Amino acid sequence: MNSHILEMKSITKEFPGVKALDEVSFSVTKGEIHCLVGENGAGKSTLMKVLSGVYPYGEYTGEIHFNGIEQKFSGISDSKKAGIAIIYQELALVPEMSVYENIFLGHEIQKKGIVDWNETIKQSVEMLKKVRLEINPATKVMELGVGKQQLIEIAKALSQDVKLLILDEPTSALNEDDCENLFDLLRELKQHGVTSILISHKLKEVIGIADTVTVLRDGRTICTLDARNGQVSEGILIKHMVGREINNVYPPRPRSKHGEVIFEVRNLNAYNPKIGRTILKDINFNVKKGEVVGFAGLMGSGRTELALSLFGNPAGFEISGEVIVEGKKRDFKNPRHAINSGLAYVTEDRKGNGLILIQDVKQNITLANMKRISKRGIVNENNEVKQAIEYRKALDIRTPTIEQKVLNLSGGNQQKVSLAKWLFVSPEILILDEPTRGIDVGAKFEIYTIMNQLVAEGKSIIMISSELPEILGMSDRIYIVSSGRITGELSIEEATQEKIMHMATN
Amino acid sequence: MSFIQNVQKILKQNVREYGMYIALLAIIVFFTTMTNGIFISSRNISNLLNQTGYIAVLAVGMTLVIVIRHIDLSVGFLAGFLGAMAAIAMVQWHLPVVVVIPLVMSMGVVAGLITAFPVAQLGIPSFVASLAGWLIYRGALLLVTLKTGTIIIPNDAYNAIGNGYIPDITNLNILPGMHKLTLLLGIISVVLNIFNEIKNRQNKLAYNFEVLTMDMFILKLFFTSTVILGITWVLAGYNGLSWTVVIMLAVVAVYHYITTKTVLGRYIYAIGGNPEAAELSGIDVKKLTFVVFGSMGMLSALSGILFSSRLQSATTIAGQLFEMDAIAAAYVGGVSAAGGVGKVTGSLIGALVMTSLTSGMNLMGIDISSQYIVRGLVLLIAVIFDVSTRRRGK
Repeated sequence: MNSHILEMKSITKEFPGVKALDEVSFSVTKGEIHCLVGENGAGKSTLMKVLSGVYPYGEYTGEIHFNGIEQKFSGISDSKKAGIAIIYQELALVPEMSVYENIFLGHEIQKKGIVDWNETIKQSVEMLKKVRLEINPATKVMELGVGKQQLIEIAKALSQDVKLLILDEPTSALNEDDCENLFDLLRELKQHGVTSILISHKLKEVIGIADTVTVLRDGRTICTLDARNGQVSEGILIKHMVGREINNVYPPRPRSKHGEVIFEVRNLNAYNPKIGRTILKDINFNVKKGEVVGFAGLMGSGRTELALSLFGNPAGFEISGEVIVEGKKRDFKNPRHAINSGLAYVTEDRKGNGLILIQDVKQNITLANMKRISKRGIVNENNEVKQAIEYRKALDIRTPTIEQKVLNLSGGNQQKVSLAKWLFVSPEILILDEPTRGIDVGAKFEIYTIMNQLVAEGKSIIMISSELPEILGMSDRIYIVSSGRITGELSIEEATQEKIMHMATN
Repeated sequence: MSFIQNVQKILKQNVREYGMYIALLAIIVFFTTMTNGIFISSRNISNLLNQTGYIAVLAVGMTLVIVIRHIDLSVGFLAGFLGAMAAIAMVQWHLPVVVVIPLVMSMGVVAGLITAFPVAQLGIPSFVASLAGWLIYRGALLLVTLKTGTIIIPNDAYNAIGNGYIPDITNLNILPGMHKLTLLLGIISVVLNIFNEIKNRQNKLAYNFEVLTMDMFILKLFFTSTVILGITWVLAGYNGLSWTVVIMLAVVAVYHYITTKTVLGRYIYAIGGNPEAAELSGIDVKKLTFVVFGSMGMLSALSGILFSSRLQSATTIAGQLFEMDAIAAAYVGGVSAAGGVGKVTGSLIGALVMTSLTSGMNLMGIDISSQYIVRGLVLLIAVIFDVSTRRRGK
C-alpha cells in the first residue's frame, strides 16, 4: 500500500449542531485520477477543505498522510508547500491582471523583493505550453473564457510543482469542447505523474475519466470503486449516492385533486450579462391551485436563477418568455409587481438576502407589506405589534419578544420569521427556495406542517430543494432542473430518488 | 435590587445609547471647570448652539445617507454655493426673502438628485460621485463670486435667520431679564415629553414588553426634564431661543418622526440593513436613494442659508470642510458605517459634542492646531467605543 500518495484516516469534522464528516477514510493512489461523488451536503467540499488546510489541524480529528508523511496543515500555504493545489468552482484569478501575473501570483520570481518580469514571462510561456494553451501571456484574464481561465489555474498549480491537483466541479461552467480539452489535459498530466482528485456531479464524465471513484453520503465514505474495467455504471453510483432510507419525517397530507392551473411559465429563457452566459433555456412548467410542485436539481443547476427570474428579476437578467398568473399574462418589472400579483419568495439564503438581521422580529415580518400596518405612510405601531404577535403565535416562532433582533434567533426560528414575512403579504403562490436548509429536524417538521396548512387553504407552493427525500416527501409533482433546463417531469407516484438523480446529473 | 445597582444595570445595558449623552455632559463639566464657568454662561451656550445649527442640519441629512451605506462629500461646498446663490438672488435679482428661501431649497433638492443619479442608476460609488460634486460646487462657488468677491447681504429678515431671536412676551412683569417665551416653551416641551413617555410605557406594558422599572423611569424623566429646563433657563438668561436653534430643532424633530414613525423611514433602514433583502421585499431601492440624496441636497441648501445669514454675507470659501464636520458628527453620534444603524437625534448630539469641543478649547485659548488633533482623537474614540459596544451587544 505504499503507492498511496494520500491517505486520510477517520476524518471527523463537526460544525455547531452538524457532523459534516463522520470517520471518513479516503485514499488516493499515486498517478491516478480519482473522482469523488455524492449529493449536495454529502461532505465532499468539507473533506477537500480539511485536506487543503482551510480547516487547520486541530479543527478536525483524524490523520492525513501525504507522500508517506503525516501532515498537520495549519493553512492553505502549508498544503501548497507540500504540493497540493485546489481549484475551486469559483475561479480564484484576478481578472484585471495578465495571465503571467496570475500564474505567479503569490510566488513571484524575485530577487530581494524585486520581480524579474522577463523570467516570469519566459516561465509562463512554458507553463502555458504544458496546458496546451496558445495565448499571449500578457493577455488579461478577464478577456478569456471560463475554459481557458481554468487551464490558467492549472498552469498556476503546475508552476508550483504540484503533486496532487484537486478540481472542485471543474466542468459545471464549461461547454463540451472545453470539457474534453480539460480531460485530455488531466490524462496527459497523469502520464507525467500528477495525481488528480475530481469532484463532479456529472456521472457520465466521471465514468469516462476516473480510475477510481469514491462515493460519500451524509458525511461518510460509502465505497471506493475501481472504474477502470467498465464495471461502474451510473446506476451503481446513483444507488450508492442516494441509498439512504426515507424516514417518516413528513406530516401526512390528503392528496386531493388539484384545481385549475394558477401559474404558468412558457418558453422562459434568461441570460446573465454579468457572467456572459445563458442561465435558463426553454423553461416550461405550470402550478395548480393547492399543489406543491417540487423543483429538484443540484446546486448551480439554475433553480435559484429561475426563482429570481420569476420574482421581478432584481438581478437584472435578460429575460424572454411568458409568465401567466391566474390566466393573465404578467410582465413583472420588479419584485413589488410580483408581490402585488400574489407571489412570495422565501429565499434560499435567509441571512444573505432574506432577512434584515440587525432589525427585530416584528420589523422583519411586516417589511414586505407595510401597507397592511400603515395609513398614509404613517406606521401604526400598535397594529404592527398586534399582527406580529399573531404571526409569531401561528408559526410558533420561539423568541423572548417580537422586539428581539433576528440575529439572535436560531436558524429554524429565523426561517420561520422568513416564512412569516412572506405569509404576511397573503400570497397565492409561494416560492420556497431550500425551505429547510440548515435547520434541525424538529423545525423542519414544523415548516412542513405549515406548508400543508397553506395548500389546504388553496395556496400553491413551488418548492426548490436539493434534498431528494424532502422533494419526494412533500411534492405532488416534480420538475427536474439541470444546467438551466427542465430535464424531466415526474408525478409523485412515478418518482424515485434514482430517477430524479438520473435526470439531474444528465 | 438597590437603586444604585439598578442605575448601573440600566447604564450598562444601554451604554451605547446613553454613552453619547454622558460624553457630552462630561465635556460640558470639564470645560465649565476649566473656564471658571464661562463655558456654561448664557451667552456662550447661545453662541455654541447657533454655531452648531448649520452643521447639525447637514449631520441629520448625512445620517440617512450613511444609513443607506453611502456618503456625500459634496454637501459642504454645495451649502456654500447655494448660500451664495441666495445672496445673488437677493442682491442682484432683487427677489424677496420668501421667494429666495424656497427657491434655494429647491435648487438643493435638484443638486442632491444629480448626485444620486450616477449612484443609483449607474452604480458608481457615492464617494466618487460626490467627490466630483465637491470639486464642481467648489468651482461653482468661486465662479459666482468671481466678479464681486464676498457678497454682503443687506437684508434684515434674511440675516435674522442666523442672528435673530424669537420675540418675547412683553408686558409681563415677572422674572425681569429673562426671556419668558423661551421658558414657557421649555416648560411645554417638558410636559409633552413626560406625557409622551408615560403613554409609551403604558403601550409597552400592554404588550408585556420590557420597560424600565418605575424608579428608573422616574429617574429618566427627572433627568431629561432637568436637562431641558436647564438649557432653556440658560438660554432665557441671554436673548432666548434663536431662530437658528428653532430651525435646527424643527429639522431634527421632522426627521426623527420620519425615521421612526413612517413607512419611508422603515424602508430607508431596511435598505441600510440589507439592500438585497429590501429589494426582494418590494422596496424600490433606486427611488429611495434619490429621495435620501434629494433630502441631503435640501438640507445642504438650508445649511448654506443658515451660514450665509449668520455671516450676513456669502464668502468665496463658505462651506469648506462642512461635509467633514457633518460626517464626524454623525459617526460620533453612533451612526454605523456598515449601514442600517443610526439616529438623527444621535447625530445632533454628535454635532453638539464637536462644537462644544471647539468652543471650549477656544475659551481656554488652546491653539487651533491642537484643537484639530483633539477633535480627531475624540472622533476616533467615539467610533472605537461604538464598534466595541456593538460587538458586545451581539
